[in-house]
Amino acid sequence: MSATAYELRAAKFASRKRINQLATGMALAAMAFGLFWLFWILWETILLGIDGLSVATFTQMTPPPNDEGGLANAIYGSFLMVMLATGLGTPIGVMAGIYLAEFDTKSWLASTTRFVNDILLSAPSIVIGLFVYAVVVSRFKSFSGYAGVVALSLLVIPVVIRTTENMLQLVPPGLREAAYALGAPKWKVILSITLKAARAGVITGVLLAVARIAGETAPLLFTALSNQFWTSSLSEPMASLPVTIFKFAMSPYENWQKLAWAGVFIITAAVLGLNILARVLTRTKI
Amino acid sequence: MRITFKLPLLSLAVASTMGFAGAVCAQEVTGAGATFPAPVYAKWASEYNKATGVKVNYQSIGSGGGIKQIDSKTVDFGASDMPLTDEVLKTKGQMQFPTVMGGVVPVINVKGIEPGQLKLTGQLLGDIFLGKVARWNDPAIKALNPTLALPDAAIAQVRRADGSGTTFIFTNYLSKVNAEWKSKVGEGTAVNWPVGAGGKGNEGVAAFVGRLPNSMGYVEYSYVKQNKLNYATVQNAAGNFVKPEDDSFKAAAVGADWAKSFYQILTNQPGKDAWPISGATFILMHTKQDKPANATEVLKFFSWAYKNGDKTAADLDYVPMPKPVIAAIEKSWGEIKDNAGKPVAFK
Amino acid sequence: MSSTLANGDFSSKPLATQSVRAMIQPPPVKKARSGPMADRIFGWLAKGAALFTLGMLIAILASLTISAWPAIDKYGLSFLSNTTWDPVKEEFGGLVMIYGTLATSFIALLIAVPVSFGIALFLTELSPTWLKRPLGTAIELLAAVPSIVYGMWGLLIFGPVLATYVQQPLQTAFAGVPYLGAFVSGPPVGIGILSAGIILAIMIIPFIAAVMRDVFEVTPPLLKESAYGLGATTWEVVTKVVLPYTKTGVIGGIMLGLGRAIGETMAVTFVIGNFNQLDSLSLFQAANSITSALANEFAEAGEGLHQASLMYLGLVLFFITFVILSLSKLLLAQLRKGEGAKT
Repeated sequence: MSATAYELRAAKFASRKRINQLATGMALAAMAFGLFWLFWILWETILLGIDGLSVATFTQMTPPPNDEGGLANAIYGSFLMVMLATGLGTPIGVMAGIYLAEFDTKSWLASTTRFVNDILLSAPSIVIGLFVYAVVVSRFKSFSGYAGVVALSLLVIPVVIRTTENMLQLVPPGLREAAYALGAPKWKVILSITLKAARAGVITGVLLAVARIAGETAPLLFTALSNQFWTSSLSEPMASLPVTIFKFAMSPYENWQKLAWAGVFIITAAVLGLNILARVLTRTKI
Repeated sequence: MRITFKLPLLSLAVASTMGFAGAVCAQEVTGAGATFPAPVYAKWASEYNKATGVKVNYQSIGSGGGIKQIDSKTVDFGASDMPLTDEVLKTKGQMQFPTVMGGVVPVINVKGIEPGQLKLTGQLLGDIFLGKVARWNDPAIKALNPTLALPDAAIAQVRRADGSGTTFIFTNYLSKVNAEWKSKVGEGTAVNWPVGAGGKGNEGVAAFVGRLPNSMGYVEYSYVKQNKLNYATVQNAAGNFVKPEDDSFKAAAVGADWAKSFYQILTNQPGKDAWPISGATFILMHTKQDKPANATEVLKFFSWAYKNGDKTAADLDYVPMPKPVIAAIEKSWGEIKDNAGKPVAFK
Repeated sequence: MSSTLANGDFSSKPLATQSVRAMIQPPPVKKARSGPMADRIFGWLAKGAALFTLGMLIAILASLTISAWPAIDKYGLSFLSNTTWDPVKEEFGGLVMIYGTLATSFIALLIAVPVSFGIALFLTELSPTWLKRPLGTAIELLAAVPSIVYGMWGLLIFGPVLATYVQQPLQTAFAGVPYLGAFVSGPPVGIGILSAGIILAIMIIPFIAAVMRDVFEVTPPLLKESAYGLGATTWEVVTKVVLPYTKTGVIGGIMLGLGRAIGETMAVTFVIGNFNQLDSLSLFQAANSITSALANEFAEAGEGLHQASLMYLGLVLFFITFVILSLSKLLLAQLRKGEGAKT
C-alpha cells in the first residue's frame, strides 16, 4: 500500500521536477532571446554610429547635404526639451500617483483617474503632438520649443503615474503604520517614508519615461518642428535628435545618413548612461 | 524625496535658465513644405547664413503640410510641389512663385537590365501601377523592349506611403496619359493605390526597390543620381524615349508659359527632348503681410538664391529657373504688401 | 536604578532627582512642526494632479472629436466596417487600419509576454546575484533604443533576414494547407503584419520585463521562503506564490507594454507596408495601422474630410484602448473574487 503511495509521490515529484527544469530552461531561453535582439541591434547601431561620430558631430550645426557638419543644435535641443519635459511631468505624475495610492484609493476620482491614465498611456504620441499643435502652436502662430516641451511632458506623466502608484502600493503597510504611530503627519509619512521605500521603482518609472521621450519623433514633428541653425531660445522652432535623425536617415545623402546613425548612437548612449547613473544613485542612498 | 523632487526641480531650473537666456540675435524666418526641394533650400539657407547672418529655417513636412501651415500663418512661407490655381490663391489671399524644377523617374530592379535600357510609355506605366500589367514578360512590355531578356516574374510595384508632391507629379502625369488611371485613381498628393507596397519617403521607395527583386517604383531625380539607381526611359508626348537628366527637364520647362500665370504643371510637355514627368516647386506667401519684416527677409533670401544659387542647385541635380522667368517672378513680388498697402521691400 | 524608582526613594542626589523627575513627568508638549494645514495643502496638490490627468484626457478627446466631427457626421459607425480609403474621391473607412493595429499588437503581446515573464523569472530567481544587475540593465537597454532605430533596423536589416529565413520557408512548408496556408500566403519580402508584430514585441519586452522584475523583487521574501520550505520547486513558487501576489503589477506591466505597442508610430510605419487594402488574411501582406496612417498622411491631409477621417481614426484608437482596459479590469476583478480576504 505504502509502496504504491510512495511510487505515486515519487512520480509526482519527478514530474514536478521535470516541469521545473523545463520552466527554468525556458526562462534561460527567454533571457537569451532578449539578449540576442539587444546585441544584434546594438551591434549594428555601434558599427554604423561610430563610423559617423567625430569631434565635429558635437561642435558643428546640422549641415545641408554633402557638407561637413555635426549635430550640435540637435543635441542641445533634445537635451533641453527632455530635461524640461521631465522636470515638468515628474512632479505632476508623482503627486497624482501618490493621490492614487495613498489618498482615498477606492474613491470614484481615484478609480476614474487610474482608468484615464491607462488610456493616456496608450495614446499614440502623434495624437498628443497634434493636440499640442492645436492648442499651443495654432494659438501662438509659431512652432516653438515650448510646444515641444508640453508635448513631451504629456507623455511623461502617465508613465510616471502608473509606476509610482504600483511601487507605492507594494510598500508594506507596516512601514506606514510604524511612521503614523510615531506621530508623523501624513505628508511626511508619504514623502519621507513611503516614497523613499519605493524610490527605486519610482526612479525606474521616471527613467522609462525619459527613455521613451528621448527617442520620440512624432510629437515633436508638429510642435517644435526643427531648426537647421543653432537656437537656445525656446520660442523658436528647435532642432532635436530624433527629428533630425528621421529627416537624415530617410535621405539619399551619405553625409546625412552617417550623421543619422551617429545621432542614434548618441541617444542610445545617453539613455544608457542615465540608466546606470540612476542605479548607482539609488544604491548608494540606501 | 530628494531624487524624485529635487533633481527634476533642479533640472527644470537649470534648463529654463538656459532656454530663456537665448536671445534672438539674428533675424530668423521659418518656412515649411515640400520634401522635393528640401536639400537645395537647406544648402541655400546655409550659404545665405554665412553671407548675411540671417537664418532661413526650412523644414520639409510635405506639400500639403506647407499649404496648411501657410494658411494658418504659423510659418513665414510655405512650399508645395503642387501649384494652387489662381482662383484658389485669390480666395486665400496668397501668391505663389516657382523656385526650381526637377523630375520624377521610374526605377526598377531587374537582373540583367542596365540603367536606361528599359523603355516605357505613360499608358504602360499606368497599367503597371493599376495592376493590369502584372508580369515583366507581359506582351505590352515585350513590344517596347524586344531585345531585352524580361523574366517571367510578377512585378512588385512600390509607391509612396506618405502624401507627397512627388506622388502628385507622378499621378498627374498618369492621369494625362492613361484614361483608366484617371477614372479609377486620379491624381493628388495621396491617392488610393490599387497595388503596391508603400515606402516612406523617397528613401523608403528606393530601399524597397533596391531589395525586392523584379520591383518598380518612382523617385525624385536627385535620388536616382545620388544612389545610382536603375532608371527607365519614358516616351514623351513627342514620341521620343528620353533619359531623365538636366537637359530633358529644361526642355520640359520651356513649354511652360510662365508669363501667363505661375500655375504651370510640367508633365507631358510637348518638347522633343522633354522629360514627361517633370515638375516645378513653388513658394506660397500671403499677399497681405502681418510681419512685413519677415516677408522682406524671405524675399531677400530668394532674390539672393536666384542670383547666386544656380550652381548649388545644379550640384544637387535640380534645374534652376530661366532668367526671363526670374524677372517675372521678382516683378510679381510687388503683390506682397504690408497692412498699409505698401509693397514689401526686398532689395 | 529602576528599583530606586519603584521604591519611591527620592532622597538621592539633586541631579538624580532632576532626571528622575523628568522621567516620571511627561515632557513639555512642543508645538507641532506642521499642522493640519500642511496635510491639507498636500492633499489638495495630490488631488489637483489627479484632476489634471483627467482634464488632460478630456481636453485631448474634445480636441479630437471637434476635428473629427465632419467625418463622424458623414459616416457614423459605418466608418468602422468600410475598407475603402480614397483621398481623391473623398471616401474613407477605417477597417484596414483598425485591423492592422489589432493584429500587430496581438502578435507583439503573444511573443512579448511569455518572453518577459521568462526574463523576469530568470532575473529574480535563477540568476546568480552578480549577474542580476548587468543583465537587468542589458534588458532595459532595449528600451533605450529610439523607436526610429527599430524602424530603420527593421526595414533595412531585419526585414530581409525574416524574408529569407522565416517567410520563404514557411510559405513553401504550408503551401497547400487550406487554413494555415492563407496566413502565410502574401509576398515574402519582410514587411507586413508579421514583421511589424515581431519588432513591436522586441520593443515592448523591456517595459514588461522591467515592471515584472520590479514587482517580483518586492514580493516579501517570507512568502517565497515559506513556499520553498514546504518543498515547492522554483516554478511552483513563482506561479503559485509570486504571481498571485504581484498580479496587479504584472497586469499593469502588460498594459504598459500593450499601450506602447498600440501607440507605436515610427517603428510600425517603416515596416508595415502602408497598404490601404484588406484583401487577405495573410500575415505577410502589407497592411496599415492607425498610427502609421496618421504619421504618413496627416502632414498632407487637406483640411476637409481627409483630416477629419484621420482624427476619427485617432478617436477609434482611444476607444480600442478603452475596451481593452475595461476587459483587463474585469479580468482582475474575476481573479480577485477567487482570492480570500486580504488581511
